[in-house]
Amino acid sequence: MCPAERSASGPGNRVALRARLVNMLSMSKGKTYFSEMTSDTGVRDPYQSYDAWFAQQDNARLAKKSEEAEVFFRSTGITFNVYGDEDAEERLIPFDLVPRIISGREWDKLSKGIDQRVRAINAFLHDIYNRQEILRAGVIPVDLIAQNDAFLPQMIDFSPPGDVYTHIVGTDIVRTGEDEFFVLEDNARTPSGVSYMLENRETMLQMFPELFSKIKVQRVSDYPKNLRKSLEASAPKNCEGRPFVVVLTPGIHNSAYYEHSFLADQMGVELVEGHDLRVVDGHIAMRTTRGYRKIDVIYRRVDDDFLDPLTFNPDSMLGVPGIMDVYRAGNITITNAPGTGVSDDKAIYSYMPEIVEFYTGEKALLKNVETYRCSEADSLKYVLDNLADLVVKEVHGSGGYGMLVGPTASKKEIAEFAEKLKAKPSNYIAQPTLSLSTVPIFTEAGLAPRHVDLRPFALVSPNGVEITPGGLTRVALKEGSLVVNSSQGGGTKDTWVLKE
Amino acid sequence: MKLQIHHRTQYDYDAPVGYALQKVRLRPQRSIMQEVVDWELRVDGGQVEASYQDHYGNHVDLVSAEIGVRQLVITAKGTVKTHDAAGVLGRVYGRAPLWHFVQPTPLTVADDKIKALSGIIRESDTVLNGMHALSSAVLRAVPYEVGQTQATTSAVEAVAIGKGVCQDHANIFIAAARAAAIPARYVSGYLMMDDRVDQDASHAWAEVHLEGLGWVGFDVSNGVSPDERYVRIATGRDAGDDAPISGFRMGASDESLVVSLQVQQ
Repeated sequence: MCPAERSASGPGNRVALRARLVNMLSMSKGKTYFSEMTSDTGVRDPYQSYDAWFAQQDNARLAKKSEEAEVFFRSTGITFNVYGDEDAEERLIPFDLVPRIISGREWDKLSKGIDQRVRAINAFLHDIYNRQEILRAGVIPVDLIAQNDAFLPQMIDFSPPGDVYTHIVGTDIVRTGEDEFFVLEDNARTPSGVSYMLENRETMLQMFPELFSKIKVQRVSDYPKNLRKSLEASAPKNCEGRPFVVVLTPGIHNSAYYEHSFLADQMGVELVEGHDLRVVDGHIAMRTTRGYRKIDVIYRRVDDDFLDPLTFNPDSMLGVPGIMDVYRAGNITITNAPGTGVSDDKAIYSYMPEIVEFYTGEKALLKNVETYRCSEADSLKYVLDNLADLVVKEVHGSGGYGMLVGPTASKKEIAEFAEKLKAKPSNYIAQPTLSLSTVPIFTEAGLAPRHVDLRPFALVSPNGVEITPGGLTRVALKEGSLVVNSSQGGGTKDTWVLKE
Repeated sequence: MKLQIHHRTQYDYDAPVGYALQKVRLRPQRSIMQEVVDWELRVDGGQVEASYQDHYGNHVDLVSAEIGVRQLVITAKGTVKTHDAAGVLGRVYGRAPLWHFVQPTPLTVADDKIKALSGIIRESDTVLNGMHALSSAVLRAVPYEVGQTQATTSAVEAVAIGKGVCQDHANIFIAAARAAAIPARYVSGYLMMDDRVDQDASHAWAEVHLEGLGWVGFDVSNGVSPDERYVRIATGRDAGDDAPISGFRMGASDESLVVSLQVQQ
């Protein structure tokens, strides 16, 4: 079937589709959600120009563009393997051609909040691995660190260059109203998805060049250059000359291998695997045709436990023996630093407002989602009584795995989850179901609202914090669904931050 | 007491070595119990790649074997002046917090038998006496015997076997102390046995942190607290944490290990 046949909507019915959109956006399953494109009074400001452009478009042409985008993504090889489904074929994360648009003013507010938050997280990590003032002050219970699987004793009494632990951060943000932004997760350990931010923009530029001459969208294409600059600035103090940066990947079988090779390529640095590296003259060095070349900064996408068989999991074949010793001796920078995952723990997350205030002396600019710590008896009781309305997550979990979404779960699922929860309460936190904002997606029947979140990417070096204006917008493609994770059937959109 | 130490570790490979690393914790540090008069770490057939203080304040050297060698020898030697502090190291702390030393590790998990041993601490009039009683109880439950346990034997396994060496005694003692919420750590070092110059091996004992006193050492195997015959080298949460030497080697060749240790006045 040719694309034109599949969605043969001529100019005649376009108006009708758009009218229906406005109605659809305000209601979904009887609950009201904030629509980012439309409001009661019409199209919201950031979407005005786009809306005017869209009104001139032919649906059949857009449908064809949508198919082209998929061909483009397939040809670049940007695929994704769902965890927990090892035998499954690698698949594409669906891309939607309607951009998610953020005004310059909204972005200004968001980026200030992210900046504050990543500075606080780095200060927190340095404190936890050194003086532990925040524990002495009783702001955070010792158990949250002592029981934290991501806490690495081997990082105690060590300061990485500039006291930076998380060099690349992907802060997950959700919106519920005009001025209501919440941080859902901090992702300080290993945020992935930045390749989608870049590829989505590249695709949009190719498909709709005229849009970008009409609407002033801030560039994201500087990200690889800025990433390299930021990594170089994080080199050990004793490094002379231009720091040599590499990307360490677990290899081609890793679900994010595409991103590893993409980033290395975009930065113009080498992509290496553990077996390419050795300790040579006190440094980690890479095998080249002309002997070994010293490495100053390693952007590793290998998990802590597999990073160094001499220090961590001795069975690891993916890591670099001795890298932790070279690191502590001050001869290489590992990004993100080992042990950074402490702050991704969802019980730690629940203390982020206190953490921000403790280290910056300021109130947190970005709000946290209300979080019930099941380790606390009162909270546990409340959570057990209200499971059907809550989202329950494992404190160490990520990617939408191992969680309960109360409102969409069956009675049986809720009952089973309640048992798991009672067996190990400290392993869980619970949050109210959030009314995630919607942005329309393009469907064969025209525009349709879907829930979205946003992951902007921040770069941190001893020189400061730099946040790329944009990010990865994830969208729940299933109507009414609030789960945007790509592993759970989510798609992505290009994210526009307007210049003014 | 002035102790002369000569500790030689020799690796012989049955084929030229391709790439091998050894992580070495063999440098004593100053404390109220000891002054390091002179000390040297010598590597034959390789070189020291990196040196640093680890998370417990131990001095670590990362050693690589020279490519193609069939033998690597690591020699730690020097003179340490020791003082008898009745086993009390005192209130000296690194950055690792005390709560860290209450947490069990895989080698120091306490099962019911170890918890039962731990009960003796509460039955004593003071915690200090309780620790001495625990030390005796551990040795009674697991008499010293070489060859029954290995480097990877856990406290639980050693208690089940019912025989063990200093490493097992320290692991069991630590597991029992932590079961009573007392911070405990593993110490590796040297002991001059009065009747000989050639010692069988490095020694190991335990330290617990007691209110008011700080860190206090207990050598379960010998039923005493460390005195001037002891030299502290490294500490950790268990025998795996502060192993004097641990290594990584690429390739299928076999290695054999010869250790000689002399401690004398």
